Amino acid sequence: MSFFLQFTIDVLALGGAYALMALGLVIVYGILRLVNFAYGELIMVAGYSMYLTSGSGWPWLVMAAVAVLMAMLAGIATDYVAFRPVRAKSVTAVLITSFAFSTLLQNAALLFISPRPRNVPLPEIFSETVSFAGVITPARNLITIAATGVLLALFSWLMRRTVLGIAMRAAATNFTMARMLGVPANLIISSAFAISGLLAGVVAMLWIGRIGAVVPGIGLGPLLIAFIATVIGGMRSLQGAVLGGFVLAFIDTTLNFTLPQDLLKFRDAFTFSLVIAILLWRPEGLIKGPASGQRT
Amino acid sequence: MAKNLATIAILSGLILVLVVATNLLGVRLYDRIAINLCIALVLVLGLQVFMGNSGILSFAHIGFMGIGAYTTAVLTIPMRMKGMSLPDLYPILAGVELSPYIAILIGGLVAAAVAAAVSYPLMRLSDAAAVITSFALLVVLHTILTNWSEMTNGPRTLFGLPRATDLNLAAGAAILAVVAAVAFKESRTGLLLRSTRDDEVAAGAMGAHIPRLRWQAFILSALFAGIGGALWGHFITSFSPKAFFLKETFVILGMLVIGGANTVTGAVFGTIIVTVAFESLRALESGINQAQIFTEQVVGLTEIVLALAMIAVLSLRPGGLFATQEIGPLFSRLVRKKED
Repeated sequence: MSFFLQFTIDVLALGGAYALMALGLVIVYGILRLVNFAYGELIMVAGYSMYLTSGSGWPWLVMAAVAVLMAMLAGIATDYVAFRPVRAKSVTAVLITSFAFSTLLQNAALLFISPRPRNVPLPEIFSETVSFAGVITPARNLITIAATGVLLALFSWLMRRTVLGIAMRAAATNFTMARMLGVPANLIISSAFAISGLLAGVVAMLWIGRIGAVVPGIGLGPLLIAFIATVIGGMRSLQGAVLGGFVLAFIDTTLNFTLPQDLLKFRDAFTFSLVIAILLWRPEGLIKGPASGQRT
Repeated sequence: MAKNLATIAILSGLILVLVVATNLLGVRLYDRIAINLCIALVLVLGLQVFMGNSGILSFAHIGFMGIGAYTTAVLTIPMRMKGMSLPDLYPILAGVELSPYIAILIGGLVAAAVAAAVSYPLMRLSDAAAVITSFALLVVLHTILTNWSEMTNGPRTLFGLPRATDLNLAAGAAILAVVAAVAFKESRTGLLLRSTRDDEVAAGAMGAHIPRLRWQAFILSALFAGIGGALWGHFITSFSPKAFFLKETFVILGMLVIGGANTVTGAVFGTIIVTVAFESLRALESGINQAQIFTEQVVGLTEIVLALAMIAVLSLRPGGLFATQEIGPLFSRLVRKKED
């Protein structure tokens, strides 16, 4: 029983973080049908702004808020630098410019900060453990689960009840039609990038909380996870992204428990082969999105 | 036909001029840069064969370069070195020691065979799904290269390859690559594939077998990548799996995109321009580091400039410098204008 509980907490905590990563990627993809390769670097930006403000003596929550804000700004910058100039011209071009922007941010961190890991301040609660019902678990797992719950609730309220959310869903369903009905395209896209940055910023807190340090290449892991999760769940559907995050966490945790030691190092190869297999079997993912509209 | 020959002649001429100039100058540093340039040409032309003709972005290319490099490594490292550089190698392979020139070819063939085996199902996908799967394929290949200790010495550096790649060999391979890329582009398969790039639905309706066409291009592209990787392996003589991942993908992609993915000319010019820019920036970087102007080492400047150049080129000219026309037709038109 306690093993089962332990397993559930592991899956939920990991899956929560994965779901938020996937959601941040898919909110942009849903509207533009374009993958943002610079998504992982938003997490890096949040991490480095934590590092840069760590000497300021502000309370942790203020630093975290500043970091999330920086990630949002970086998200909007991605839109202006990598997406807006080319998005109407060619799909391939946007994929490459976002890849270029990702390299740009990473190397800027290399050049201006350092190639070596930098410590990030964490509140003490992140390193404590909690034990209940015979299970010992790090407190940050419970924080992750709680944060995921709150953010997902907030997000679904935003998407269902506010004008911005409804406009964004309309744009994701049929962009041209939404534009004709007076939805300002650029504003919607920038908002999507800002929300993507917000999610990335929160993920950064939870993700860096596991490691305690930030390096220029930190974004690659979350980016890959977000890719897999969205592909599993459905590239076009927000619910699919969340589902995909939890499914992936379930697969990962199960593989961790069951794979023999000498195959465990190939775990990424296994998960990625699974992604390829799922895309072949169901190119749309587990949950289909809204009927396709024209890309801008 | 004459125009294609003109394209081949001009592009090969450029490479020959490069070889002659480097030999005349006789500076060792330039020699190294020229060899690097020729190897990069093979790789970029390989990517152009697939990406330019099918219109699908592929991230997996560098993974096949890695396969080529490791294949030739396993086949050519001298027997007495193998105990040290590949301690866990399977006994059957421990006694193999081929000439590097044969092994380079085998490296290309193995890469092509792997591509043929894994890629057919992926060729059904287009747009973002195709890009993500190719990215996934790169990660799979990288994970395997990093962890298959028996064949690759794991994440550690593999050393002991005989140095076999000189400027003549690399330039020869680059010229062959130019010829093959132009020939493929103008072949029936290439023409059909380009029609699927321009209008997938129409080409499919006319009876073009899209997955098979893409598959053929992908295999040829992997063959180039494998040979390029093997050449590079015999040039650098020691490397680790880290050499075949995102950073190199970015450089190769940058070369192709800045030049123009749709044309062979674009691939060649992009490679030359980016290599020259890269080497001068790297010289600048090491100059700054040696002068110790800053307390910490300057790293990453080169990539930042390349990234900015890529974004600028794509915003201003989404098709790259040579978007649709090869240099042969362009040149002959220029000549005709002068005569008028």
